Amino acid sequence: MSWNDLKHDRRVLWAGYAAIGIVLAVLPFLVGAGLGNAWLRILNFAMLYIMLALGLNIVVGFAGLLDLGYIAFYAVGAYLYALLASPHFGLHWPVWAILPLGAVVAGGAGALLGAPTLRLRGDYLAIVTLGFGEIIRIFMNNLNAPVNITNGPQGISSIDPFHVGGVTLAKPLSVLGVTVPSLHAYYYLFLLLALVIIFVTIRLEDSRIGRAWVAIREDEIAAKACGINVRNIKLLAFSMGATFGGVAGGLFASFQGFVSPESFGLMESIMVLCMVVLGGMGHIPGVILGGILLTILPEAFRHAAVPLQKYAFGKVVVDPESLRMLLFGLALIAVMLYRPAGLWPSATRKRELQGGSK
Amino acid sequence: MDIFLQQIINGLVLGSIYALVALGYTMVYGILGLINFAHGEVVMIGALTALTVVKLLAGSGLPGPVIALIGLMAAAPVCMAIGYGIEKIAYRPLRKAPRLAPLITAIGVSIVLQNLAMMVWGRSYHSFPAVLPAEAHEVLGATFTDLQVIIVLVAAGMMAGLLLLINRTRLGRAMRATAENPAIAQLMGVNVNHIISLTFVIGSALAAVAGLMVSANYSIAHYYMGFILGLKAFTAAVLGGIGNLAGAMIGGILLGLIESLGAGYIGDITGGFLGSHYQDVFAFFVLILVLVFRPSGLVGEKVAERA
Amino acid sequence: MRMNSIPGTILALAAAISLIGCGNKEEPAPQAAPAAAPAAKPEITVKIGHASPLTGPQAHIGKDNEYGATLAIEELNAKGLEIGGAKVKFELISDDDQADPKQGTTVAQKFVDAKVNGVIGHLNSGTTIPASKIYFDAGIPQISGSATNPTYTKQGFATAFRVMANDEQQGKALAQFAAKTLAAKSVAIIDDRTAYGQGLADEFKKASEAAGLKVVASEYTNDKATDFKAILTKIKSKKPDLIFYGGMDPQGGPMAKQMKELGLKAKFLTGDGGCTPNFITLAGAAAEGQYCSLPGVPLDKMPGGTVFKDKFVGKFKTEIQLYAPYVYDATMVLVDAMKRANSVEPAKYLPEIGKTSFQGVTAKIGFDEFGDLKDGAISFYEYKGGKIEYVETLGGTPEAVPAAAPAEAPAAAAPAAAAPASAPAAAAGEKK
Repeated sequence: MSWNDLKHDRRVLWAGYAAIGIVLAVLPFLVGAGLGNAWLRILNFAMLYIMLALGLNIVVGFAGLLDLGYIAFYAVGAYLYALLASPHFGLHWPVWAILPLGAVVAGGAGALLGAPTLRLRGDYLAIVTLGFGEIIRIFMNNLNAPVNITNGPQGISSIDPFHVGGVTLAKPLSVLGVTVPSLHAYYYLFLLLALVIIFVTIRLEDSRIGRAWVAIREDEIAAKACGINVRNIKLLAFSMGATFGGVAGGLFASFQGFVSPESFGLMESIMVLCMVVLGGMGHIPGVILGGILLTILPEAFRHAAVPLQKYAFGKVVVDPESLRMLLFGLALIAVMLYRPAGLWPSATRKRELQGGSK
Repeated sequence: MDIFLQQIINGLVLGSIYALVALGYTMVYGILGLINFAHGEVVMIGALTALTVVKLLAGSGLPGPVIALIGLMAAAPVCMAIGYGIEKIAYRPLRKAPRLAPLITAIGVSIVLQNLAMMVWGRSYHSFPAVLPAEAHEVLGATFTDLQVIIVLVAAGMMAGLLLLINRTRLGRAMRATAENPAIAQLMGVNVNHIISLTFVIGSALAAVAGLMVSANYSIAHYYMGFILGLKAFTAAVLGGIGNLAGAMIGGILLGLIESLGAGYIGDITGGFLGSHYQDVFAFFVLILVLVFRPSGLVGEKVAERA
Repeated sequence: MRMNSIPGTILALAAAISLIGCGNKEEPAPQAAPAAAPAAKPEITVKIGHASPLTGPQAHIGKDNEYGATLAIEELNAKGLEIGGAKVKFELISDDDQADPKQGTTVAQKFVDAKVNGVIGHLNSGTTIPASKIYFDAGIPQISGSATNPTYTKQGFATAFRVMANDEQQGKALAQFAAKTLAAKSVAIIDDRTAYGQGLADEFKKASEAAGLKVVASEYTNDKATDFKAILTKIKSKKPDLIFYGGMDPQGGPMAKQMKELGLKAKFLTGDGGCTPNFITLAGAAAEGQYCSLPGVPLDKMPGGTVFKDKFVGKFKTEIQLYAPYVYDATMVLVDAMKRANSVEPAKYLPEIGKTSFQGVTAKIGFDEFGDLKDGAISFYEYKGGKIEYVETLGGTPEAVPAAAPAEAPAAAAPAAAAPASAPAAAAGEKK
């Protein structure tokens, strides 16, 4: 049986899913025991970044709209959670109300941002979205006067941990006699939501909407001629992407217990964009890979740089911190030069790129 | 009134600084249709190189302007080499790739340059010795320094020089031909690669000038300075219509005026609700308005249609 | 990589348990000659975490903090301390939090994983606050040498301490200084919209109004800005006696310079973020006659202060940037508590930190019930002839209620409560 046959065999497929499922289920315990809880925390952040990258992928990868202000929706979700579940306003809304609300508000913000930019393309769109992202951050940084809404640069602290009913993730959970530490519990929660988002994106990609996005990406005028309502479809892309960002933001706030505007700068937007682009624009597994790699590699590197240099030169020549960023920059360039469709490109994208250029 | 005049002067000077940097962006964009996001970092390298040389010579007894000129002479080749290298390594192989690709490499180049600069010059802020005349003059209650006059003149002069270069010289014609259609320019005997390299080299020389001016005016240079400066200048370039040299100048000055008048007056106008903490918001807001109602920028042409 | 962490802690535990009640206090050996001793005594490694931004725009200050901690650790090791009967070797684990709250919690978690015995840091309030929750959950004491946001110690975490006056204390003293010493009637306030700058400026504003000063303008910039002409011009139109800036030296220096260029006659006052040699280099001649404040008492007025400075410069071949002495003190305070508790176990020596009464190089250090510096004194300086000259010290009395009571003012007249009848400090003139 060739690999292709194997790939299409349902039993093999299910066995594969089951294997992945088991790995994902025991992963936190393996990581926690083997590498320490800090790595589990990094894994949790990787999960958040996967959600963000998948959201941005809808805008950039599917619809081909370069968005440099995506992190603003993450900020909207995070702040909404922080405002509605912290001592700041004395509100402690339940999670099941805040997260959907965060998704809706972020989605609305996405449409709001999308509306004036519909006519813009390419670099112009990039700079306008960048501007929007900065505007939102600046407002969060400054809305502590005359009325204190966001508490300004001080940020909002003591945010409620994730809790449903009487169950809170802040303390070790007892499930069927097994004690699950807080970090692990968050891992499962994030994993669950990441899976939901992955599922939604996969379904979207195959839907009429998903095909319409790709059509717009490839040729807007042709898409219009085919009867696609370009305006609505574009707005939908912004809005859907933003929704994921909003959910991820809410989770971030509950996990961190603290939000402040400095978490939502332009560099964050660029990081998420790099995840999408390096992983493989428009290709869901690629984007997931990008999210994981760009969260974990820099961390791994921090640990490896000093011992490696000591081994090679007998002393530390360059600060690991600068070296890490330096290599990160070089990696961006190298990937673009040698694998422009990303590390794990989609089959169609690859064909396109090999069969000449636009 | 003197306050208003002062704000206009502030805006003009700030705007000229933006324009100096924006010229470099727009130059590259005009020929290649590519945003050289790393331009701000080249400005930073120029500033730090010039600063190092100026610091070395500061006690030598040479007249200040001569020292500054020597600093520029040292910084320009460094920047030009970097500009040439960036184009050759990070942009040329991607000329036919999707638009996002060079954008990402540009971000990569920015990060690399920033960290290299940090390794060379360290993490501290450096102060720029006062070698250029900074005498303050007062007119109608508003003050300005010689250096500020120099900056405005240099920005205007460089724009004029570039316009002459592009419109009146053989090289300029080749550049315009390359911008119009590289393939046909090539057929007509223009060495397109050569022209593009030259564009980057000239743009980077501008960056060296801008770097020197910026760090002399604020007497400060730092490995981190390129990013925000590049961002503002880029905004200015888009505001004026990226790819258009006069547009860069107009966009820069406009942005400078918006920022200083905005910071100066919006607080009083809105009764304290908005204040100078929204300075950056005004800039972006005006940019968005301009782009929504005039997507090609104020004096831009067809370039906006590039997808 | 951190293989030795578990045996290290077990050893520490064993040592602590087996030797309780031995009652030995200090190391008997006056000098460093520990290696020669026959290895009869168990040796334990005590890990101390240190977090600050080592990359990004604040990297130079982060490195400065790290130097401060490194110096303290090396001195402690050279002394060859014994705690709980075991010879103690301190190991500094320094990590980069990038001044990013998210990175701050990751670093914090790493420290917890590495089973550090205590944490020094972080530098910024923005990272210190989210990280403090993780340390609290793990029961690990944390002393920051530079996080001044009042929120940090008001979250109810018993593990959170700082050896620097918080924004409330400093803001209050700054306002007293403005009203009394500078005899200002009206003031314009600028802040950089960072947690530090805005926090300090807000406290200053509250206290100024309470002290009867008129706040004629509130303007803002950001921590990456270089051009302040627009806001300074606006301030010029309001004609204040004094301009206060809440922010760091890279903005403060150029700001003072641009003030002069615009012909502003107002005095300029800034907090600890601008009280650096760097400020003078950046402001040039414009620094002359302007003022700044630093928590604590001047280094060369403290016993051991000049020695500290010489050691620092000698070792790291660079000037002290800002918070290194505070971080040094924070490290010493942490170890001092270990000595008094005769244990390196966080749970055992944590209560001792609260009882600290330690003569540091920046101040006499003690903590109130929140973990804030008790009677944090604030000293004022004038930039004079390219140097930072000491003017006076005001005692800030910390309060439980964060309200700027006007009744506070008389307290200012009293000489700094914390200032220990200043040691003569023969080398006072020697300030480079």
